[in-house]
Parts: sequence; C-alpha cells; structure tokens
Amino acid sequence: MHKLLNFSALASLTVLLSTNAPLYAQGHEEHGHKGHEHIITVHEDVEVHGERFPETENEEGDYDPTPVIMHHIQDAHSFHIYGEGHEAVSVPLPVILWTEKGLVTFMSSEFHHDSHGHHVVEKKGMYFVNYHEDIFQLERPDETLTLDEEGHPTNTQPLDFSITKNVFTLFLACILLFLIFGTAARKYKNAGHKVPRGIASFVEPLVVYVRDDIAKANVGEKKHEKYMPYLLTLFFLIWVINLMGLIPFFPFSANLTGNIAFTMSLAVIAMFVVSFSGGKAYWKHIFFPKPWGVWPILMPIEFASNVIIKFFALMIRLFANITAGHIIVLSLISLVFIFQSVGMAAVAVPFALFISVLELLVAALQAYIFTLLVALFIGQAVADDHH
Amino acid sequence: MSFAAIGAGLAVIGAGIGIGQVGGRAMEGIARQPEASGKIQTAMIIAAALVEGAALFGIVVSLIA
Repeated sequence: MHKLLNFSALASLTVLLSTNAPLYAQGHEEHGHKGHEHIITVHEDVEVHGERFPETENEEGDYDPTPVIMHHIQDAHSFHIYGEGHEAVSVPLPVILWTEKGLVTFMSSEFHHDSHGHHVVEKKGMYFVNYHEDIFQLERPDETLTLDEEGHPTNTQPLDFSITKNVFTLFLACILLFLIFGTAARKYKNAGHKVPRGIASFVEPLVVYVRDDIAKANVGEKKHEKYMPYLLTLFFLIWVINLMGLIPFFPFSANLTGNIAFTMSLAVIAMFVVSFSGGKAYWKHIFFPKPWGVWPILMPIEFASNVIIKFFALMIRLFANITAGHIIVLSLISLVFIFQSVGMAAVAVPFALFISVLELLVAALQAYIFTLLVALFIGQAVADDHH
Repeated sequence: MSFAAIGAGLAVIGAGIGIGQVGGRAMEGIARQPEASGKIQTAMIIAAALVEGAALFGIVVSLIA
C-alpha cells in the first residue's frame, strides 16, 4: 500500500487560517467587568440586561436571529458551551499573538467572555481587546476602539496565530486521520497475505473507491498513482472535518470547512498541484488557443478559467455548502425564539434533525465533489495533446 | 436585507431549474440504459455541482450584501 497521507500541506493551511478577515459586523452593547477564572470560567457578576439581549432584537423589539447565527458560524477564541454574556460557560483556548514586541500568549479566559472590545488585557505593556473574535491592539488601556463607517475597527491588529476553535478542529482532524490511517497501514504490513481486519477493513473500500472511481477514472490509468496521496488526503480531510462540524458537543461544531480562509487554502493548493502537473499540451491550449482569429479574446478567457475561476469555484462551493447547512440548522432552532413558544420546538427540532441527517450526506458529497473536481482538473492538465 | 433575500431566492430558482434538468435527464438516461448508471451518476453529480456552484456565487453575494 502506498504512502497514504501527505500532511505537508496542512502546515500552510493553519498559517492561512489564522489571518482571517472579519466578515460580519454586528452592533455592540455595554458591559462592566470583573470576574473569576478557572479552566471553565463562570461569571457571577451578571449584568441585568432584561430578559433578552439588545443585540438580538430588531427595531420593532422582535427577536432577530441573525447575530446569533453569524456568531455560531464564525471562528471563536473559546469553546462556548452555554449562556450569554457574563453568564456564559466556556472552555478557554490559547491566544497567540505576534506583535512588534514579539510573541504574546495568554488564555482567552482573560477576556472574560467579552467579544465587544470592552475588556482590555494587558501584556508586555500592550493592550488587547477582542472585537467579534478578532484581536485588536489599543494604545492606552482607557482607549476604545475606533470604528469606521462600516463598523470595522481601524485599530492595529497584531498577527493572530491563536489556537482558535477552527485551528483546534484542524489539529484534531489531523491526529484522528494519523491514528486511523497509521493503524490501517500497520495492519496491512502485519497481515501479510491474509485479509486485514479491524479499521483497515473499514477504510479499504473507501480508499479503493477514491482510487478507482475518482483517481483512475479522471486522472487516467497511467498517471493516477502519483496523485493518490494528495487526493486521499483531500477526501478524508474534508470529510472528517465536515463530520466534526456537525457534532454539537466536543469539538463544538467548529465551522471549519465553512471558513473561507480554509477553503481558500485548499483551493490554492489544488491550483498549484494542477498548474504544476500541466504539461506542454495543457499550457499550449491555454496560451495559444486555436483558431488564431479569436486569440486575443480566447487567451484571457482560457487563462482566467483554467488558472483562477475553477479554483475560485471550488473555494466558494465548499464554503457556501457547509455554511448554508449550519445556517439552516440554526435558523430552524431560532424559530422557537422567533415565535416565543415552546410548542414551536415540536416543529423545529424534527426539521433540524432532518436537515442534520441531510448534512451527513452533504458532508460526504462535498468531500467527494471537491476531490472529484480536483482529479478532473489534474486529468485535464496531464492529458496528452489530441490535436 | 430584504433585497438580499430576493437575490438569494432568484439564485435558488436558477439552481433549481438547472439541477432539475440535470437530474431529470440523468433519470431518463438511466432508465434507457441501466447498465450505464454508474457513469451517468458521476457525470450528473459533476454537472449538478457546477450548476450549484454558480448559484452559490449568488447566495454568497447576498449573504455579504
């Protein structure tokens, strides 16, 4: 059995992950701070907000699920278990920042559940706040964040290499895959000519499926072997992360494949793989498409579609599918709060369950489609000239 | 926000028509030639993914807007 997994790509993924631009802006609310820290941080100094939080209400005072949903599909610096604001119970994760004074590390519990830029953490004479899970640096401790017209802070942002929820999920997926495939590979080594048992007999049909129906069918009989480690890594990594995103308890449904930075890393790697496997015929087809009369129009189109748009579509497809799945489940659960009745749960929960089960299918399907399309693009790139 | 929702709805109409066509024709193809169902399924999924990808561009734009 050939080398199953090639994880060298993953190091670059994690680096790209942590420089993740804020996609959504929300309104903010006022808080005062004091609190305790444990490994699980619980805050007793509850601020009286009334029954509901101003952030989750629209102008007419109705419940607005959008901020809650956006918060749930975003990356976070802690595992949020339950509760709102200062009552929240969460598991903190390490914050790792690279500033002009070097490396700064602390646990996210020092923010005291604040993600509105109010609680200032002082380290090495620098002041940090958490604004919607992005870390910003302040000049003075009494300073507040300055927002531009669109609500994005203009303060300096240190390079954030934190082990966030998404990064943790990626690490967990890597460890899981190493364990599964390491064990499987060892079983094959030890089994000799006998049929391997246990985990190996579970992964074998999947590996053979990827080899026969994805790699051989699209890359080609002769050249597929070289791409097997990459294609298997893609398929199993995306699948496992998609499935882990559906687990509401540990690892707390991190929306990793629904993070555009992550899917972009996958797409960029795919772009390099396809571009570097492209032979003379492939590049000739892109730069000198026939007939010559339409060359000035055709060349840019061929170039954009083969080098950029294909991979842009890969990025958007995975991101949007997984994010949409998470949004639908959260929207259905939000129905209970929109209608303000427990009875609604009788409708919302079965629907959410149905969508969750559908998402199990989507998790595998998106992993399959991503791998299949990458294999197809590689196949186009390595194909011999037929003209 | 409501305009974004209309945009999302329009994108979904497009995807619905597209994937409906792809799925329907694949069904016809499989009914006519059941032995080719494996190949037809693969081609169907690729085509459906491409249609869906175009619709998702619209959804993402309406999500951001």
